[in-house]
Amino acid sequence: MEAVLRETAAPDTRSGRRTAGEPRKPWAIALSAVAPGLGSLAVGRIGVGAWILGAWALALVTLLISRDDVSRTLADGGTGDWIALVTLAATLVGVWVWGILDIAVVSTRPVKRTGVSQWRIAGRRFRRNHLAMTGLAIMVFLYWVTLLAPFLAPYDPNFQGNIVLNRYQPPSMTHLLGTDKFGRDIFSRILYGARISLSIGFISVAISVTLGTIVGATAGYFRGWVDTGIARFIDMLLSIPRIILLLVIIAMFEPNIFLLVAVLGLTGWEGSARIVRGQFLSLREQEFVQAAKALGYADWRIILRHILPNTLAPIIVIATLGIGNVILLEAALSFLGLGVQPPTASWGSMVNDGRDAMITAWWISTYPGLAIVLTVVAFNLLGDGLRDALDPRLRT
Amino acid sequence: MIGYILKRTLQAIPILLGASTLIFFLMHAAPGDPTSIYIRPDIDPIVIEQMRKNLGLDQPVHIQYVRWLSSFARGDFGFSFSQKRPIIDIIKDTLPNTLLLSSVALVIIFALGVLVGTIQAVRQYSWVDNVATVGAFFFYSMPSFWFGLMLILLLSYKFQLLPASQMTSVNFEFLPASDQWVDRLKHLLMPAMALGIGSAASVARYMRSGMLEQIRQDYVRTARAKGLSERVVIFKHAMRNALIPVITLLGLTLPFLVGGAVLIETIFAWPGMGRLIVTAIFQRDYPVVLAIAFVSSIMVILGSLIADILYSVVDPRVRVDEGEA
Repeated sequence: MEAVLRETAAPDTRSGRRTAGEPRKPWAIALSAVAPGLGSLAVGRIGVGAWILGAWALALVTLLISRDDVSRTLADGGTGDWIALVTLAATLVGVWVWGILDIAVVSTRPVKRTGVSQWRIAGRRFRRNHLAMTGLAIMVFLYWVTLLAPFLAPYDPNFQGNIVLNRYQPPSMTHLLGTDKFGRDIFSRILYGARISLSIGFISVAISVTLGTIVGATAGYFRGWVDTGIARFIDMLLSIPRIILLLVIIAMFEPNIFLLVAVLGLTGWEGSARIVRGQFLSLREQEFVQAAKALGYADWRIILRHILPNTLAPIIVIATLGIGNVILLEAALSFLGLGVQPPTASWGSMVNDGRDAMITAWWISTYPGLAIVLTVVAFNLLGDGLRDALDPRLRT
Repeated sequence: MIGYILKRTLQAIPILLGASTLIFFLMHAAPGDPTSIYIRPDIDPIVIEQMRKNLGLDQPVHIQYVRWLSSFARGDFGFSFSQKRPIIDIIKDTLPNTLLLSSVALVIIFALGVLVGTIQAVRQYSWVDNVATVGAFFFYSMPSFWFGLMLILLLSYKFQLLPASQMTSVNFEFLPASDQWVDRLKHLLMPAMALGIGSAASVARYMRSGMLEQIRQDYVRTARAKGLSERVVIFKHAMRNALIPVITLLGLTLPFLVGGAVLIETIFAWPGMGRLIVTAIFQRDYPVVLAIAFVSSIMVILGSLIADILYSVVDPRVRVDEGEA
């Protein structure tokens, strides 16, 4: 084991924040093998050690509370159950390996001697930003929860049970966050609702940022009437408030989840288009682009291989901040009853469900709203941190 | 100055034209036409055909477009199927309410944002600054509709301080004139808060960074050196310059206010345009939906026009640059 580890560590001359040549400590590795992170803590890598230990504890607790689900999955489980099981296993193995690697490889890395890439500098700056790291941790945790929802949720999200006895139950040990007017468990519904919010957020932003990048690159690279035309079109689109535009489109069709993803993705690309256009306008005048042109490269090659990689940083930032925004919009549309349709659990529609019983059952609306706040805060923290790390000039 | 205003106004016209064209073609992309709600087994297809003829729906698209545009330009938005009256009358009833709500929200946004941002900048890294930064972050990430519901839960049900819905109390007509004002204000406060708090948080963020930039400038040091009181230095010298970027935010905030009104008016049962568009969607009253989309884009375009003009008033450099370009 140790020989293998030394071999992987030896040729690694990449940077590390540790000073050179710290001897590997076998006792610390052993400690980390028993409880990942403990070894790192023992040699003074407090920050990383705490994260690893926390992740390990979380994974173990999850295994403990879902042991019945695990055996059920092995006996006869659906796709969702198997995904959850694989995720749980991967988490346990991953955290354990992380713990070993951190103590055996990363902490003993010698000081780097070669140059450092821009991305590496940004990564280092990002890791020093505690708020941004917290945002990242919450985001990873939320996506993890969406995969593990069948194990973590104590009930099926649409299970009603005895509706007369079960409805409007206040938060208790049987129903952690209470039940709604149909006797459905709020906690389970929030876990399943995370799937809707996070996947809609991710896919819609992927669509809109791709679209915005294509449009912005076209406008900025070719300039002239193409640029003018696109700029006017964007002005026009921006003059209709996004939520009104969404409502107009959704009103024409039957609202469903695919329509929602499509319209959220096809609106809201204006911001990224404007930023990419600005980047292209300044980059196309640079010498390396002139050189590429002089070499006779095709336009698409210059755009994709030479200019686009230089605009990635602002695109990543705007995508991260965009996810938070789209999650808010999806919640708003579902709240109005024009987004995700019942009985599918969505945070927005859950807030709406609680509206007619605000006085008697405050928990129905309150907790899904808190889930939205937590998620959006995480994405905004992450986006702000990425912006500070990748392009400090953009800081407001 | 007048030339600049004129130029900006002329630039706004093609944008408005474009937005209305977009709305028209969105309507045409949708399956069916306004008469399709009448298609039932008991209605003769000939009647439907006559109806289409009367409404001009049998004409080619470009002729329909020109007709539609000219009637919109004259303020004729058509007829509401659900309310059985001209849409222009409905808009005349609801638009003032939305404008009232939005302008009060706008006042809250800027008063609160500028105040909090200035205090944060003057006391940088103090506990006030830190608390306000964290608070602003949360309010900025909060769904406005949920915040509105929480306000109702706390202020209306729990402490019974403010009314939960509508524009006026039931006994509004019988109140003396002085109390009517108080009553209106009480009903306005919560919706305007819920509508404005998110934008107020982002104004505070901009104000803080703008102000921090200004108080490090030489002219502020000069002002302090000649013995001006701190209050004069901050409010008369630094704040004026720090406000310039905040005014551009005004133009960006308007679409959020018009859009946010949809949610807030629904929650607080505020009889405005936002609530109207939601009910119209559920009643499949497309002409109303499109008319509101059109009116709200007029509001946004006018708003950014005003913001641009204000910007050129506070910062004459903008005008000069534009003139040279």
